[in-house]
Amino acid sequence: MRARQSPLTAPDRELDRFRFRVASAGVAVLVAFALLVARFFHLQIVQHAYYTTRAEDNRISLVPIVPNRGVIVDSKGVVLARNYSAFTLEITPSKVDDLDATIDGLSRVIEVLPKDRKRFRRLLEESKTFESLPIRSRLTEEEVARFAANRYLFPGVEVKARLFRQYPLGPIASHAIGYISRINKRDMEIIEESDQAANYKGTDHIGKTGIEQKYEFQLHGETGYEQVEIDAGGRAIRNLSRTAPVQGNNLTLTLDTKLQEMAEKAFGERRGALVAIEPSTGGILALVSTPTFDPNLFIDGIRTDDWDLLNNSPDKPLLNRALNGAYPPGSTFKPFMALAALETGKRTPGQAISDPGFFNFGGHQFRDDKKGGHGSVDMYKSIVHSCDTYYYMLANDMGIDSIARFMRQLGFGQRTGVDIEGESEGVLPSPEWKKRRFKRPEQQKWFAGETISIGIGQGYNAYTPIQLAQATAVVANNGIMFRPHLVKYITDSRTGEKTMIEPEPLRILPWKRQHVEVIKKAMIGVNTQGTGARAFAGAAYVSAGKTGTAQVFSLKGADYKSSRVKKELRDHALFIAFAPADQPKIALAVLVENGGFGAQSAAPIARMVFDYYLLGKLPKGAAAEDDVEDD
Amino acid sequence: MFQQFLQRLRLRLVEHLDGPLLLIMLALMTVGLSTVYSATYDANNRALAQALNMAVGLCAMWAVAQFPPQKLMRFAVPLYVVGVVLLVLVFLFGVKVNGARRWLSLGFTRIQPSELLKLGVPLMLAWYFHKHEAVLKLRHYLVAGLLLLVPFALIAKQPDLGTAILVGAAGFYVLFFAGLPWQVIIGLAATGAGAAPFVWTMLHDYQRKRILTLIDPTSDPLGSGYHIIQSTIAIGSGGSFGKGWLAGTQTHLEFIPERHTDFIFAVFSEERGLLGNSVLVVLYLLLIGRGLMITANASTLFARVMAGSITLSLFTYAFVNMGMVSGILPVVGVPLPFMSYGGTALVTLSIGIGILMSIQTHRMLVRQ
Repeated sequence: MRARQSPLTAPDRELDRFRFRVASAGVAVLVAFALLVARFFHLQIVQHAYYTTRAEDNRISLVPIVPNRGVIVDSKGVVLARNYSAFTLEITPSKVDDLDATIDGLSRVIEVLPKDRKRFRRLLEESKTFESLPIRSRLTEEEVARFAANRYLFPGVEVKARLFRQYPLGPIASHAIGYISRINKRDMEIIEESDQAANYKGTDHIGKTGIEQKYEFQLHGETGYEQVEIDAGGRAIRNLSRTAPVQGNNLTLTLDTKLQEMAEKAFGERRGALVAIEPSTGGILALVSTPTFDPNLFIDGIRTDDWDLLNNSPDKPLLNRALNGAYPPGSTFKPFMALAALETGKRTPGQAISDPGFFNFGGHQFRDDKKGGHGSVDMYKSIVHSCDTYYYMLANDMGIDSIARFMRQLGFGQRTGVDIEGESEGVLPSPEWKKRRFKRPEQQKWFAGETISIGIGQGYNAYTPIQLAQATAVVANNGIMFRPHLVKYITDSRTGEKTMIEPEPLRILPWKRQHVEVIKKAMIGVNTQGTGARAFAGAAYVSAGKTGTAQVFSLKGADYKSSRVKKELRDHALFIAFAPADQPKIALAVLVENGGFGAQSAAPIARMVFDYYLLGKLPKGAAAEDDVEDD
Repeated sequence: MFQQFLQRLRLRLVEHLDGPLLLIMLALMTVGLSTVYSATYDANNRALAQALNMAVGLCAMWAVAQFPPQKLMRFAVPLYVVGVVLLVLVFLFGVKVNGARRWLSLGFTRIQPSELLKLGVPLMLAWYFHKHEAVLKLRHYLVAGLLLLVPFALIAKQPDLGTAILVGAAGFYVLFFAGLPWQVIIGLAATGAGAAPFVWTMLHDYQRKRILTLIDPTSDPLGSGYHIIQSTIAIGSGGSFGKGWLAGTQTHLEFIPERHTDFIFAVFSEERGLLGNSVLVVLYLLLIGRGLMITANASTLFARVMAGSITLSLFTYAFVNMGMVSGILPVVGVPLPFMSYGGTALVTLSIGIGILMSIQTHRMLVRQ
């Protein structure tokens, strides 16, 4: 920087130096671009003939090899989802001039039904370029032979061996297993977001619901590649190399298919749900939602009439009631309320109330089911005989905030985190919930009167059967709470290594042991001398339960007589239970939509499930339905 | 009266634009758009989206051109600091995609902070040299080198070699135009050559593989060699005049990977041949030539080094991209300016052009 000393000439010399640098940069750019042009000249003029040959005659193509999807088995090893190989007749539309003529021609060799054409059209709309699309699946050997003989007539049409998914048990456990179906635009986005696009080249099915959806990336496996030379017509000339695909991982469920099947049958024609959980692990033993559907219908793209039948049925077979149905728990809420009372110190077990058959609050009379009331009622009796007045008073004494705080810990009104997508939250009523739920200020206010019916599981209360089952399991397990789950372990297809879905406690509720014992004792009382006694008469084990009836339709204080009410407006029947009472191996929640009294239609289902699970006994015919003491 | 108003409005709109730069840029965009169309029309047409990106780019360019260079200087420190802080956050909490940690998740969207530094680093260095213009000593170059090294290392570590090269080059050009002594430049080059074996051991496996496949593409035909084999076949089979627009067989049989983004040159080259390539190279030469003219005539140190860095960065983009697609440079993620599909790169480049225009059109004001 000596130039600084002569201020007049310095800027000019500096500028000269700078411009020299600019000029040098310009020269460097010219040299670099000259190099590029030389490279282009070399490729496009000197070696043009060589590259033209490579482009026109031989094209190297990477053909993806789709991996076998993982198999799903139940806890006893019964196969729930597997693959089988079958021949399909496929057309590559980009290689065919006149699609209709080709399909017409094909139909003279192989049977092509109008529904096949319809499905092909739909696939064509969603397809990528150069993809081959199936016009017929599951060709017989004879059809394959017939096509082979006429193959020269149909350029762009070929027979391919493809793997198909199959659910051997059909409709059994379909809500838990789910199904796979063809990848659509939305699935494609999910795949791209998870950076799996390369791995899904060649895959055309994806898990849409249930376990198949949740564990998609476990089940899918790694796509292999075959490097082939193809000629201008797209036919493979020879294989160059092959990277084998890696089969998807297998899943072993906690589900017991026999138990599941038995439970589904127990519902008969009735709509409803049942969730049975192993309290000590959170493993789901049965997940029933009736009516069910056959997942096999969805694999090749469901036919329109099948879809209409499933989708428009008033029974909504596609709805997973166990996870997405939210129902008032009715009287099954009472044991949890009683536990809340003990834990918050609002009641002692011996403290008795006098029940006149109603409870007056704010000028409104809340009635008990039993006319004239239950007389003097302590906590044990309140559960065994399902006394409403006891809980009207309790709810009023506890207040809504205290109730909501306790029930939230039990998992009510929150997703349980079960390994199936799309679970509903349900509604745990609280003043905050009301504020969020309603827009108009006058609707947002919580009224003290609304707390009263919360106490007997009515009002805004709405929970999914799986939440109810989980809460029952937590009580059975003395406050140790697990995340309910369907998959027991994942078997790595390469190493055979088993990854357990570890049953780690979600949280441990600090309940006093003697409080829990009071509740359990009362629930045992329900099944021996109370509302559940009839259903559990003569059982070879000690069980604990609680019946419930959830109002669908408010009769505004009038007497409820099921025979006089239309079937869709009849009450929902509920039952929660666990057994054996001292060492619970199974806890469950049963819901029968419009089933009337819980004791009548829900409790017998629980009895059958327990008999089978604990004693291996299968039911002898359907349980009789007759009048029992209502709850 | 109204006509006068229109006249003034027109003047106001074009006042800070540079005619030659704008013309060359529009020509490149036209070629680019037609190529994006050809590359994507049969599957997932991106031409309209790219036209939108271009419109956004042109608006950004116009807006930046209105700022006089002195005002641009104010962005230098904040942009640099925010950029580096975000890079550190990426290093700590970044989202891993395909084994590289380049993205920062904001919940609703993901951002790639390294993009900010393509302009942030040269701005920062140019500002730094401008501030110390009167007393430039060797230690100032050392500090500037350090300011460059930090973001460069963070980006290279992600790893994102393409972006690291672009940021590193942009910073180095500032040093070069600020008068980094030739001895140091030659010394650095010699050290670099000497250190090559050590760098080799530090590279990631996939980076090493890309360099190896450059020497012999057939050594890894399934992996990175596949890109080079397919793109050279596409270019070579294009011949003198190409196969014609929309008629490239390699393109349309989906042999070219990333054909609308990083490898779009293969599509262009197959369909337009050597003639098209030459036209494209001439367009880039004109763009760079105009940039160097603006650089040479710039009136302040800041303006000079900034203009020089932007111009040579444009060259780096074009050269590295065409070099890798034609198989003379390793495959790194660098887009072809105004040709490759993608909004982010397009906007960054357009802002660069906007800065060049600002430097050119605010020259007189500064002299007064």
